[in-house]
Amino acid sequence: MKVLMFGWEFPPHISGGLGTASYGLTKGLSRIKDVDVTFVVPKAYGDEDQRSVKLLGAGDIPITKRKLNLKNFSKAIDYLEVKSGIVPYVDPEDFWRLSKKEVSGRYNFIQVDSEGKIIFSGKYGTDLLTEIRNYSIVASVIAEESEFDLIHAHDWLAYPAGIAAKEVSGKPLVIHVHATDFDRSGGKVNPDVYAIEKKGMDIADLIITVSNFTRDTVINKYHINPAKVFTVYNAVEPLNEIQKAKYKKGTDEKIVTFLGRITFQKGPEYFILAASKILQKMDNVRFVMAGSGDMMNKMIIMTARLGITNKFNFTGFLKGDDVYEMLRLSDVYIMPSISEPFGISPLEALQSNVPVIISNQSGVAEILTHAIKTDFWDIDAIADSIYGILKYPALTKMFTKYGKKEVDDLSWENSALKVKEIYNKALSLN
Amino acid sequence: MRTICLYFQVHQPFRLKKYRFFNIGNDHYYYDDYLNESVMKKIIEKCYFPANEILFDLIQKYNGKFKVAFSISGVAIKQFELYAPEVLKSFKKLAESGSVEFLAETNAHSLVALKDKQAFCEQVKTHSQKIEKHFNQSPSVFRNTELIYSDEIGVTVSEMGYKAMLTEGAKHVLGWKSPNYLYCNAIKPRLKILLKNFKLSDDIAFRFSSKTWEEWPLTTEKFVGWLNNLDPKEEVVNLFMDYETFGEHQWHETGIFDFLKFLPETVFNNSNFTFSTPSEIAEKLQPVSAIHVPHPISWADEERDLTAWLGNDLQEEAFSKLYSLSGKISKCKDPAILEDWNWLQTSDHFYYMCTKFFSDGDVHEYFNPYESPYEAFINYMNVLSDFEIRLNTAMPETNTDKELAKLRVLVAEKEDLLKKSISEVNKLKLNISKPKTSGTKKASSKVTPGKTKTPGISKTGRKSTKVSRVKKK
Repeated sequence: MKVLMFGWEFPPHISGGLGTASYGLTKGLSRIKDVDVTFVVPKAYGDEDQRSVKLLGAGDIPITKRKLNLKNFSKAIDYLEVKSGIVPYVDPEDFWRLSKKEVSGRYNFIQVDSEGKIIFSGKYGTDLLTEIRNYSIVASVIAEESEFDLIHAHDWLAYPAGIAAKEVSGKPLVIHVHATDFDRSGGKVNPDVYAIEKKGMDIADLIITVSNFTRDTVINKYHINPAKVFTVYNAVEPLNEIQKAKYKKGTDEKIVTFLGRITFQKGPEYFILAASKILQKMDNVRFVMAGSGDMMNKMIIMTARLGITNKFNFTGFLKGDDVYEMLRLSDVYIMPSISEPFGISPLEALQSNVPVIISNQSGVAEILTHAIKTDFWDIDAIADSIYGILKYPALTKMFTKYGKKEVDDLSWENSALKVKEIYNKALSLN
Repeated sequence: MRTICLYFQVHQPFRLKKYRFFNIGNDHYYYDDYLNESVMKKIIEKCYFPANEILFDLIQKYNGKFKVAFSISGVAIKQFELYAPEVLKSFKKLAESGSVEFLAETNAHSLVALKDKQAFCEQVKTHSQKIEKHFNQSPSVFRNTELIYSDEIGVTVSEMGYKAMLTEGAKHVLGWKSPNYLYCNAIKPRLKILLKNFKLSDDIAFRFSSKTWEEWPLTTEKFVGWLNNLDPKEEVVNLFMDYETFGEHQWHETGIFDFLKFLPETVFNNSNFTFSTPSEIAEKLQPVSAIHVPHPISWADEERDLTAWLGNDLQEEAFSKLYSLSGKISKCKDPAILEDWNWLQTSDHFYYMCTKFFSDGDVHEYFNPYESPYEAFINYMNVLSDFEIRLNTAMPETNTDKELAKLRVLVAEKEDLLKKSISEVNKLKLNISKPKTSGTKKASSKVTPGKTKTPGISKTGRKSTKVSRVKKK
């Protein structure tokens, strides 16, 4: 079974859980016999395995095709980079009309020469909607050039690409909902994004959601037939052998860590309010907010107003090993998300033997038993849980004993097997 | 003689209220009164009242031939006194019938037998006194919390003068032996041991309403048929269960009350079984052998061991932290502290921290006011931390404790003083402002700043009343 997969990001160039999850899933799929995945991203950076780069000229559209031989992949998955000599300009309004035209008509349009290349930034910028649309044009070309049985698109950025590929090829489309705009915006949904999401869900043959929490959103907010929506939980890569600690804890204070984007969705202010409650009662504790985001400055001001800056640190964005370094120093990990479709990072914390507090409004709460779960708004409960873990050592003992095991039992291979079942189902529908 | 021994356990814990860490040191009241009262009221209505009535009628009807035994924990008696004295009366009426035996247990429904022999004996004594006071009976048979038993506990119970004790007919203890005989303690053979027939007991207590059970529906005829099928040499069938089985675990609609109502009639008509109380059995029957129980057993879960209460790190830590206070408690005379000490030992608090979700998850969840064992643990430990502070204040041992205790008294005195001064200030202010209200415009404008200040003052005033209220508790 050949799967054409559209994503938006791929490690190491990731900004959040989407890239990690897509990567983990393709890795899991690569271990299943008779599943071949071709992964398409708008922009590849080229700092992966360069030896297997193979350029394929496909008409006027150059597509960089490279074989990725990443560690732990039992099979090389194809990794397509869209370098794109696409149209000099595509009027976004015209795009949908154009993309629906017959293949020949579209060719006419794309036959403009390579002078006017559009470079994909692969980032979540202001021109995002245009990029998404361009991406979908290239997708339809790729769909035409390659052979595959099924299309799998990750999140709304890639839905239009998936739809375009489906329209060109007539193959079944499975979309994978890692998040919806309801999670990101806290209810103030962007109508453009909603329209793209809704269209993807409507056209998709089957839908995968990362939790029942997200499944409910898809069913209730996007009015999708429940019978075509399935939950497949994410997993987490097993930890490589522990490297030597880079930093030593320079203090005997306990460290409580928030690790993630500092955005409305992640509920950073609830963490700060809980911290200030604890600091009224406890002294040898320090709070760390690791990450960056549009609410960071607001949060810094908030800690200053509460007068807790001497016990509260902001690290900025952490990358790669620094994440694990931070976890290694932590005594408690907290994720007070307001709306978290899944949330892989608590699993990473548990792998590092750090007890976690997660909000009930997260998908990961559905699969973890050895974690403390509170409502994101319940600052008293959050503070009390942090205090309990720091004060009563039996909790940490229990979490490290059972929590880690619980996480180790999750594997991308199991998730991939479930995805495979959904593929089979999608194929049998057509 | 072939006989049936019915024994019902009556117990309700004092459930703790949500107690956050910032309450530690400030709030010394630990219980969720609303929850406790409403649970009690619900169970009274669904179980205790209707079941007591049926039992009373049966006793009247069979004129002494139908008998049962109860063990009512001290915690339950205390809650009856607080919330439902009429239930106590109803149990008293049963006691007066002469066909109901009341057993001894620990006052707090605690696990103290596993930890502290002396404290165990005292708790049992307190409970027996309570039983005597309320039901005019001096218990001669003992049952430990959750039927926990070991050879060693048996020895202590025997030394206290009880002639028999109840426990579980656990398979791993009995092996090929049958629970349907009287046994005795391995070290003190004078202590008779009655073993629960868990198959027949659980058919009523757990499986009665289960439609997936192949024997459903269970009728009294079918049940007595099973009794008749027992080896004719077997002498006693011990049916031990929670009293809440009737109407609460098995709802009224399942027909459980009818089962209870018609059981004696079917037994008398269809078999040669009689009904006896535990003390009668201990007197009339000869023990067939000693039973060896080197490690404690209980009536809980598949394992019939202690893991429901002391099976994980949370429970171990809470348990050892609790009993690390015993030394100071034994010297403490403060009645409020001793009362809390009692209710904090109740086994249910440890049960809520159980993490054996998978095999016995359903049963545990049903009785559990917490969402997770972790929440249960944190809440309990917060309460215990406050309790420890109070105990240290009352019984300072180290120099720092003494110093702290002194300071706490000092702070309390200062708070009182502050409160007095504030009310005096307010009074004086009123006196000042009154004559001026009739004065000129200038004067009235002077009053305003005084008025604007009052909210601030009343705030502190409120604060200090809070402190004084807490102290009363």
